[in-house]
Amino acid sequence: MRARIAHIASNTFREAVRDRVLYNLIAFALLLSGAAVLVGQISIEIEKLVVINLGLTAVSLFGVVIAIFIGIGLVSKEIEKRTLYTVLSRPVQRWEFIIGKFFGLASTLVVNAFFMAIGVFGAVFYVSHKFVRADALILVALYFIVLEFLIICSLSLLFSSFSSPLLSAVFAFSLFVIGSFAEDLRNFAGMAHGLTRWLVTGAVYLVPNFSAFNVISSIAHEQPVAGQLILHNTLYAFFYAAMAMSGAVLIFEHRDLK
Amino acid sequence: MKRRKEISRIAGACMLLSLAASSIVLYRTDRLRPQATLDEVLFVSSPRVIKRASLGYDGLMACIYWTRAVQYFGRQLNYEVPNYNLLAPLLEITTHLDPHLLPAYDFGSTFLGSKQYGAGEPERAVQLMKYGIENNPGQWRLYYDLGFLYYTDLQDSKDAADAFERGSQLPGAHPFVKILAAQMAQHAGEFQTARMLWSATFQTTKDKQIKANAWEHLRALRVDEDVTVLQDGVTRFGERTGRLPVSLAELLASMKLDQIPTDPDGHPYKMTPQGRIEVRVPDDFPFATKGLPPGYKPPPKSHFHG
Repeated sequence: MRARIAHIASNTFREAVRDRVLYNLIAFALLLSGAAVLVGQISIEIEKLVVINLGLTAVSLFGVVIAIFIGIGLVSKEIEKRTLYTVLSRPVQRWEFIIGKFFGLASTLVVNAFFMAIGVFGAVFYVSHKFVRADALILVALYFIVLEFLIICSLSLLFSSFSSPLLSAVFAFSLFVIGSFAEDLRNFAGMAHGLTRWLVTGAVYLVPNFSAFNVISSIAHEQPVAGQLILHNTLYAFFYAAMAMSGAVLIFEHRDLK
Repeated sequence: MKRRKEISRIAGACMLLSLAASSIVLYRTDRLRPQATLDEVLFVSSPRVIKRASLGYDGLMACIYWTRAVQYFGRQLNYEVPNYNLLAPLLEITTHLDPHLLPAYDFGSTFLGSKQYGAGEPERAVQLMKYGIENNPGQWRLYYDLGFLYYTDLQDSKDAADAFERGSQLPGAHPFVKILAAQMAQHAGEFQTARMLWSATFQTTKDKQIKANAWEHLRALRVDEDVTVLQDGVTRFGERTGRLPVSLAELLASMKLDQIPTDPDGHPYKMTPQGRIEVRVPDDFPFATKGLPPGYKPPPKSHFHG
């Protein structure tokens, strides 16, 4: 079972890495990190701040775009090319296929984030000529960004398991935007009464909450991140991704592929 | 194959020519409507809306808005009749997006407050500083800037003393801040206090431009002080003798001075037939308020710390 999942994951990874769009996005993200250095020079006393903010925002946004646009095609492409039937005709379970795809995409995103992070650290070193202890906090922000990717990845696969690529992209991106407004949704729930309050509170827990993952601004100001937040975010990302993947498996298991 | 290469060459040349032409047209269009870009940006002037629209990436948005504020201020500074209407909203957006962006308070308050080289809105600058202190209560530099604002732009030494005093109690505060608080409270001489303020700025800033600017202010202060002393000498001479001194040497003799005083560049001061004490090269002291010829217009401004 493990070998089959690993095999599907490595194939997904290889396929994603060969994708030209992916290379373009990485190159663009690195270019953006480099541009941060230039932007820093036309402002006052915020060179490092710009480099960290722009660099990490680029890593996050491009990662999300990659996660959505590759994730939504993972299942539909296999169906379109009819390769899914070849895979499933072998002793491979449907759920193994979905889980394998998830790990393949997740590892692609981790590798992407790694290379983008090198770009960010390079830009930070360029503007400050040295690394200080607080720069290690950037790794925490990167870790949270990767956790965000896992959630987006699982959502893309969930939508991809029952919908067309275009609709899956719309759904996944909408959830990313809603997830960024999660705090406002929570405030709205606090102000509402009766049934509305219950419905909105339900929505708060149903949609992904990305607000706790975004520590870019505070890290740029060298403010430490609580260990508990790291633990909670890790657990939240794990459980949320598990929930979305379970949904994807559930739907895909019952999908008529004829 | 040959034909394809030829088409490729023609297409490449057309592409470059079109790019050059469109760039020229755009350049001319921008000159027709220089304010357009910034006005469009401030079409959304609510900090809250911008914060929501940034999808959590508010740190980056704050950097962008701060850069825009700096560029906007720099551009207006070079206009003959500057218009700083958008400066305060830009700074408010910046600090609401990132309340911990210290340079936005540090420099922004100067941009806003200075009547000589800024928007001349010291009250709004005070508001900005108070918002900064509220969000960064441990930063002594913000109290220093607030005291600076009160003293230089609002001539309010009582509130200035209070701000310096509160700043001096914070950990890591520069020793100058404590001295300034005491000086404000004692109503020390104007030149002495101003020298102390600019010396503190010179010593504590990391920014080369601000350092150079503080240095220029210190030089101008020396000119102002020298000219005041010499001009007082002329007045006293007139009161005593009923006429103006015929030469600087006569004035110096009456003041019991051995040498002709020189400005910070080493040029001796001069006295006009009307008894005015003036510097030899006024352009060398852009911040001097005394010793300038009547009707003198300073060169285009290149310093922003008023």
